[in-house]
Amino acid sequence: MELLAFGKTGWGDELFYATLMTIAVSITAMLVGFLFALIFTPLKLSKYKTLNLVGNFYTTVIRGVPELLVIYLFFFGGSGAIMYVASIFGYYEYIEINAFITGSMAIGIISGAYSTEVFRGAIQSIDKGQFEAAKVLGINKFGQFYKIILPQMLRLAIPNLSNVWQITLKDTSLISVTGLVEIMRQSYIAAGSTRDPLFFYSFAAVLYLLLTYVSMKLINKLEVRYSRGY
Amino acid sequence: MDFDLMINSFPKLLGATLVTLKLLSASLFFGLFLGLFFAILRLKKNIFINKFAYGYSYIFRGTPLLVQIFIIYFGLGQIEYLRTTFLWVILKEPYWCAIIAFTLNTGAYTSEILRSAFQTIKPGIIEAGKSLGISNKIIFYKIQIPIAIRQSLPAYGNEIILMMKGTSLASTVTLMDLTGVAKYIISTTFKPIEVFIVAGGIYLFMTFIIHNVIKFLEKKYSFQQ
Repeated sequence: MELLAFGKTGWGDELFYATLMTIAVSITAMLVGFLFALIFTPLKLSKYKTLNLVGNFYTTVIRGVPELLVIYLFFFGGSGAIMYVASIFGYYEYIEINAFITGSMAIGIISGAYSTEVFRGAIQSIDKGQFEAAKVLGINKFGQFYKIILPQMLRLAIPNLSNVWQITLKDTSLISVTGLVEIMRQSYIAAGSTRDPLFFYSFAAVLYLLLTYVSMKLINKLEVRYSRGY
Repeated sequence: MDFDLMINSFPKLLGATLVTLKLLSASLFFGLFLGLFFAILRLKKNIFINKFAYGYSYIFRGTPLLVQIFIIYFGLGQIEYLRTTFLWVILKEPYWCAIIAFTLNTGAYTSEILRSAFQTIKPGIIEAGKSLGISNKIIFYKIQIPIAIRQSLPAYGNEIILMMKGTSLASTVTLMDLTGVAKYIISTTFKPIEVFIVAGGIYLFMTFIIHNVIKFLEKKYSFQQ
């Protein structure tokens, strides 16, 4: 137990901050993912074949390639890409992006592919009559989406989004390879310096279980809230 | 774009794909039996057996695969007693540690898939079997299992693809699988995009094959023939 003490003697506070980091990365990645879903869901549902192709390319590639490979691409390629863009604007200094941004971008793109699929499925399962009725009532396109489609879609999407959240949360463990100090990285450091890997990795597992358990409870509440009236 | 690098790295990556495929097939093979075993335990009425099986699948589905590999590879070696037993022959090899971790992980997901498949079988089918005087054992092996396999094919196909992506984590315990070799080439040449295209292409090709095989099997075993 003294291994987990707070302060200089134990790893308690370090692991606590690492857990906060995992939560921060997961939430950022989930939001980045929503941003990507916002772009790619309309593309996948578009009636234009080329746009469909772009949308399908994104979801197929990201869901068919290991997360670790995507993370390596961002880790090794991220600053190169940014520097290339900067060089167009006449900036030639070395730019280093921090591990938090690289990590949450990489996990965000992965999470976005899953979110896109969830939103696509949810929109497609809304009755066509709803769209038509909204149109007939003369509601403008913006109102159609935000007032009619979105509330119905959310109810259908939340159970699947909770799966995406779980995947995202677990995927954040992979960005430990880039050196970002989240639960996994902190456990690795602690295990290395105390020579007690069994304890620290098991404790990391407990932390992850705790995170998934608590978030499931919270999401269930949301689910109840959005299925009022059904 | 460095096309020479892409062409040169292709054979190396293809060789590493063999390691990926070995890891995948071994863990799927053992995982299927483990999953079936725990799915059967989940259907038992005894509350302790039931809770035990549920706990297994909850823990392995609720924690990242990376933690599981690290516990098995770095953690178990710490137990002095294990080092003296014959198990140490297996546990000191990263290859077997990876397979054990993947098997336990895929076993947890497979048990959930099979359990829900068993539960969707209509009781009428089992009752029909019983009223024909077929023994419980034969009902299980000849009626329930074939139906459950068919029901769980789409979900199991997804699990195979997830597991294929999961084998990439073997590279974190020094194994040179497809991702491991890709990372090595990236870190020596600093050409991440080219290597990503080749390695990603190989992974996508495997996904494509698995997807189509499952689709074919689904068609073959569907109700309407």
